[in-house]
Amino acid sequence: MGILDSKIPSGPLADKWTKHKNDINLVNPANKRNIDIIVVGTGLAGGAAAATLAELGYNVKTFCYQDSPRRAHSIAAQGGINAAKNYQGDGDSNYRLFYDTIKGGDYRSREANVYRLAEVSGNIIDQCVAQGVPFAREYGGMLDNRSFGGVLVSRTFYAKGQTGQQLLLGAYAAMNRQINRGKIQSFTRHEMMDLVLVDGKARGIIARNLVTGEIERHSGHAVVLATGGYGNVFFLSTNAMGSNVMAAWRAHRKGAFFANPCFTQIHPTCIPVSGDHQSKLTLMSESLRNDGRIWVPKKMEDAVAIREGKLKPTQIAEEDRDYYLERRYPAFGNLVPRDVASRAAKERCDAGFGVNKTGEAVYLDFASAIKRYGKEKALTSGIKNPDEATIIKLGEEVIEAKYGNLFQMYEKIVDQNPYKTPMMIYPAVHYTMGGLWVDYNLQTTIPGCYSAGEANFSDHGANRLGASALMQGLADGYFVLPYTIGDYLSDDIRTGKIPTDSAAFDEAEKQVRDRMEKLMSGTGIHSVDYYHKKLGKIMWNKCGMARNAKGLEEAIKEISALRKDFWENVKVPGTIDSKNQELEKAGRVADFLELGELFAKDALHRNESCGGHFREEYQTEEGEALRDDKNFKYVAAWEYAGEPKDAKLHKEDLVYENIELKTRSYK
Amino acid sequence: MKLYLKIWRQKDASSPGKIVDYTLDGVEGDMSFLEMLDILNEELVSKGEEPVEFDHDCREGICGTCSLQINGEPHGPDRLVTTCQLHMRKFKDGDTIVIEPFRAKAFPVIKDLIVDRSSFERIQQAGGFISVNTSGNTVDANAIPINKHDADEAMDAATCIGCGACVAACKNASAMLFTSAKVSQFALLPQGRIEAVERVQNMVRQMDLEGFGNCTNTGACEVECPKGISLTNIARMNREYLSATLKG
Repeated sequence: MGILDSKIPSGPLADKWTKHKNDINLVNPANKRNIDIIVVGTGLAGGAAAATLAELGYNVKTFCYQDSPRRAHSIAAQGGINAAKNYQGDGDSNYRLFYDTIKGGDYRSREANVYRLAEVSGNIIDQCVAQGVPFAREYGGMLDNRSFGGVLVSRTFYAKGQTGQQLLLGAYAAMNRQINRGKIQSFTRHEMMDLVLVDGKARGIIARNLVTGEIERHSGHAVVLATGGYGNVFFLSTNAMGSNVMAAWRAHRKGAFFANPCFTQIHPTCIPVSGDHQSKLTLMSESLRNDGRIWVPKKMEDAVAIREGKLKPTQIAEEDRDYYLERRYPAFGNLVPRDVASRAAKERCDAGFGVNKTGEAVYLDFASAIKRYGKEKALTSGIKNPDEATIIKLGEEVIEAKYGNLFQMYEKIVDQNPYKTPMMIYPAVHYTMGGLWVDYNLQTTIPGCYSAGEANFSDHGANRLGASALMQGLADGYFVLPYTIGDYLSDDIRTGKIPTDSAAFDEAEKQVRDRMEKLMSGTGIHSVDYYHKKLGKIMWNKCGMARNAKGLEEAIKEISALRKDFWENVKVPGTIDSKNQELEKAGRVADFLELGELFAKDALHRNESCGGHFREEYQTEEGEALRDDKNFKYVAAWEYAGEPKDAKLHKEDLVYENIELKTRSYK
Repeated sequence: MKLYLKIWRQKDASSPGKIVDYTLDGVEGDMSFLEMLDILNEELVSKGEEPVEFDHDCREGICGTCSLQINGEPHGPDRLVTTCQLHMRKFKDGDTIVIEPFRAKAFPVIKDLIVDRSSFERIQQAGGFISVNTSGNTVDANAIPINKHDADEAMDAATCIGCGACVAACKNASAMLFTSAKVSQFALLPQGRIEAVERVQNMVRQMDLEGFGNCTNTGACEVECPKGISLTNIARMNREYLSATLKG
């Protein structure tokens, strides 16, 4: 197997996880009290892991840069969480969820991991309900479901358009219970600056108190990185402003392999960019594609007139609209997976049919859903022969109950009423499937360093299906890591507390201080944001929705030059030993400037198109992604070797024993 | 448009603060309030000055990180939005805007416009949870049917983002709306009834310890709440507290 041993248990697919749980070592309750675990990041994966590990008896320290664990960016997930409960009786099963996820990921994820995810999915819902998560319900008191892209069943559980918030508040509440018991020490407004290795094992972190600027040492027998994705390498994304890759990248530099960095999800339904001042992009949940129909004008002159403000979308007749997803993909229609929907939007806009002043927007239209629901509601309310106005009024009420908060958000940002005129949407960077390489136990290539949730690479292949991020974060945190980490820690019951006055901690702290001082010594005039925006432009133009070898080669050179300029010239005011938001940003952008280059290198080496990775050279005549299973059916795991361009490639071959590799078709 | 900004600057918790005047040109209506401050900061950094520090993160109105007292109102003049979702089209050319941190004894200033809201954390830690283990060994989710009306009401209470606008809006700096939202969410659900007595007592006790004021029913919190959390929750918490006291 070489260095990359995925440690997938033997036996039939459906029995692997149970067998593994029976085979691995346990730590007895009395010994758990002598073991310390550091959890960095308190979103769904980190929060869930911290709560469960503390509940099991370990001493847990959590770290987050936010002022409360509840503010981690999982909170912004809108649409829902998948689980193979088959409450709707529409033929769902663990196998189908597994199959949909592998297929949705364009056959670039591990069978065993994904099956385990499907297997524990139902339990997540049970758990969350027990915690008091207020999922949407039907009138009979049972849980309601909706449908998401890339699947043919309704398996998505939701809490209005705030599912991530409610699930995170559930994990946060579980954490609070353990904080109250003294089993979790929560460090807020703290940032992990580096990972500390003692004798080759992850034994602690160097953290910075963001309020006082103090550098702190924290030790543990294992370190869990649940620090989310790196979408902000694009500057503009749906991530929170503070979302960053620092913890994962620091671990990478210390020996953790970084897998598939080029697998990035561009979400099809976001509010379009309005100008250069834009600081972030806002997602409009995929759940809207249950009821919204996506279209652009059929005739070029209509598109031009709309862009010039001479025509309104509501004035365009039905036969003059091109519902291009329904046209190209009749089987899945508006609910094709995200990568497919995004590329289709780009294709129409590139062809000149975009509908806002920048030409980079398509319509998401609720008019027919409003009428459909209005008629239904009139019927169930006993209104006979309702007029058009009544139908629309009733229909709008139904839509408001389903998506009210999203519609309100749209109206506040765009200043248009989406009940009366179609929304304008365009794809934006949303999620990163790539991340730290982990084995079946979620351990990175550094012993004792684990990674969970979006921060790892494991379950979504080259494209993640909607409502699967929440599922994976909670599965990793509640149900996987607490078992697998015990196997590793069973060797540590006699180790005793890890001292923080060792040479390893001294050295790590010194490196952190030197790095910050170097960041403060720039002599130029430009701020951190200036460099971040420049990096974002390179990434979006050359490593975005469509990539080609020439552009990627340019990107590698440009990012490398930008990084050099940054380190020499970036201007960071203030001091190291006080609250300093510019310094915080500088540290994060410095790492993005390295990751971005590795991202481009990874995209350049993968001479195929799969999922979110679309190389223009590799496409079918119809413009669909052309995979190359013969040469690229592997996980690309990169080993740090100084400059990103020198990173060393390791391949983990993906073995498909239960699924036949096919060309994805949503037609 | 051109704006005249009066911004609270304070070096750290122990230093005195003061209002500093800035003039900012080139502001557009499509910018969010925080993007307007980004531009100001960009100017300050390029002049070698320290930028204005303010809390923010998701910039889509859900994380609850952003705050700011804008012309005397938490999250500014618009209704049902956080500062990050407040857009500059709500202002006009030549306006003077006063920007201060949220003010309350239990929210000490950390720097400039950033306040310490860890008092909210401690209220949640005192009882804002249901004591079930996260091992997953529980009953099937549909084994506990819940009346849709109750589930929806619990959800409405649960949408609180913990930003602290209710405290900043209240003349007594009371945290009743925040605390009652969590108490209500669990009180409305059968899973939460089991430890309802201890929960309300512990959370209210912590709330008082943190130095928040009492509720005198002015209703300002409900008006300023970016998530529209209803005053009904306070009434429910009072009822829960009273009945817990009688039982206890």
